[in-house]
Amino acid sequence: MEIKEPIVKIENLYKTYRRGSQILTVLQDINLDIADGEFMALMGPSGSGKTTLLNLIAGIDTADSGIIEVGGIDITNLSETELAHWRSANVGFIFQFYNLIPVLTAFENVELPLTLTSLSKKERKEHARMALQIVNLADRMDHYPSQLSGGQQQRVAIARAFVTDPALLVADEPTGDLDRVSAREILDLMERLVHELGKTIIMVTHDPRAAEMAHIIRHLDKGVLNANTEAPH
Amino acid sequence: MQILKLLIKNSFRHKLRTSLTVLGITIAILAFGLLRTVVSAWYAGVEASSASRLVTRNSISLIFFLPLSYKEKIRQIPGIKNLSYAYWFGGIYISEKNFIPNFAVDAKTVFEMFPEFVLPEDQKNAFLRDRKACVAGEKVAEKYGWKIGDTITLKGTIFPGNWEFVLRGVYRGAYKGTDETQFFFHWDYLNETLKKTDPNRADNVGWYTVNVTSPGLAADVAAAIDNTFKNSLAETITETEKAFQLGFVSMTEAIIIAVRIVSFVVIVIIMAVMANTMAMTARERIGEYAVMKTLGFGGWYIAGLIFGESFFIASMGCALGILATFPAAMAFGDAMSTYFPVFNVQRQTIYMDIAATFIVGFVAGVFPAWRAVKLRIADGLRRIG
Ligand SMILES: Nc1ncnc2c1ncn2[C@@H]1O[C@H](COP(=O)(O)OP(=O)(O)OP(=O)(O)O)[C@@H](O)[C@H]1O
Ligand SMILES: [Mg+2]
Repeated sequence: MEIKEPIVKIENLYKTYRRGSQILTVLQDINLDIADGEFMALMGPSGSGKTTLLNLIAGIDTADSGIIEVGGIDITNLSETELAHWRSANVGFIFQFYNLIPVLTAFENVELPLTLTSLSKKERKEHARMALQIVNLADRMDHYPSQLSGGQQQRVAIARAFVTDPALLVADEPTGDLDRVSAREILDLMERLVHELGKTIIMVTHDPRAAEMAHIIRHLDKGVLNANTEAPH
Repeated sequence: MQILKLLIKNSFRHKLRTSLTVLGITIAILAFGLLRTVVSAWYAGVEASSASRLVTRNSISLIFFLPLSYKEKIRQIPGIKNLSYAYWFGGIYISEKNFIPNFAVDAKTVFEMFPEFVLPEDQKNAFLRDRKACVAGEKVAEKYGWKIGDTITLKGTIFPGNWEFVLRGVYRGAYKGTDETQFFFHWDYLNETLKKTDPNRADNVGWYTVNVTSPGLAADVAAAIDNTFKNSLAETITETEKAFQLGFVSMTEAIIIAVRIVSFVVIVIIMAVMANTMAMTARERIGEYAVMKTLGFGGWYIAGLIFGESFFIASMGCALGILATFPAAMAFGDAMSTYFPVFNVQRQTIYMDIAATFIVGFVAGVFPAWRAVKLRIADGLRRIG
């Protein structure tokens, strides 16, 4: 078996929240390597810190201490503006509630993150169309989110996540709001992104069936990452 | 897909809310525009007055007269180009409701003294030939349907009796700000009648108007006139026409200050309404702003969206408000022509409309924009779930 370079490397990561005088430790001494091209599921009870960890890796929240290296860059040292720039090029986000912009069509939603790139207008349109073809929604380009089913909206959201071609995709309970059939479609699609496009995916999920699609499952409990790396059966 | 498209789409998301806000701004700008026009109409007489014309009146009060014999003495003072005189007649046309400013004037000099009253040459000659002739402004003539040759009867209040005049001319204003509601007739006609009926009041005038050869001489000439009549039976006060008009206006200044304050209060109220709209809008979209920030859009981009929407909504209201101001001012001016002979929307009012709109748009946007800039993504995303 070949040894893959880790795309995410986390060392001694701590995160606390302050509520008045009370200090709540949400993540405690997290150490984690994720190899390039991995599909990892992150599980754990509600409130265990899954979303917090995902946000830290994706650079939308800041840690108290520790190192988070993504693609060789320690993102804990970046300023807010640098982080925004970094995110637009390196991470794609998939949310539980899709979070599409309701006044924009499917096509415009997918095109949105491309407006931050140096692509020409023509190239942007091309890329957006291609991404929608990959998620099999080319015929729904001009539909507004409210005119799409939950599963279709999530596919648009996935297209939006990978249209800028980031190496890393993070997904927070991407199937949490979907029925079984739609959830299955979403998971198959993510699987394809890993296999065919070589993306690395970190997916938070409560659903054991979703976790089974992943290559590795890690458990988080009260802010502590369990030592054993479990492979799905 | 540009920011502009998203901004405009966002603006029409809540059609009812946006429409109501736009309507509110339209009404506010309309009210503001009309109130400002009332203020400028109030000062129209002052604005229209000439800098080289002086008014000499009795130092005690305007209701006291000056002897006609002053005419020659004033004329001899150096620096005076020409001289005219008038008397406030105060006649009523049919009913007291129909207020028409009417004056007994020196027919030979009046149109030379007041070139802003433009009268065709043949009408001027007809007016001069006929002792009982009168001239009216186009606005009054139109209002009462007077035609040249018509006999017009005024009921005297200061000089009792029914006075009959024949309309020999209708003047137009040379400028937008010229009063077209006045009514002139021969002072000679009044004086001859008084000689017969009330000789004590004959050979008097209400005030003299003189034209100085250059505006720079105004102060010296005014002092010279007043000196001439010092310690005489009727002492005089001479001031520029502007100051004279301002004297009238200042009596009612409190009302105008109130109108001014109300016009600004209207803007402050709409500012609060607009700020509320934008605050509600931005609050609803916190999650979306967090998503956009997640995608890498900077805080200033989001602030731009919010300000853009705020300015866009405010501008729509402003544009409609300005468009509505002109017909409204015309209707208002027609209905109120008795009180406001000149009622024009001034360019400055439009500039103030635009400035007010800009301030409203800015103030309404500033707090939500600041919040969006400060918004921590993780917090914003949690709001969605
Ligand atoms: N802004 C905040 N201020 C204070 N406490 C917070 C904040 N955000 C999260 N927490 C707390 O941090 C802990 C971890 O939250 P997190 O959202 O990461 O959990 P989770 O594992 O994703 O839970 P779930 O499965 O319900 O989504 C929780 O106890 C939560 O209450
Ligand atoms: Mg969570």
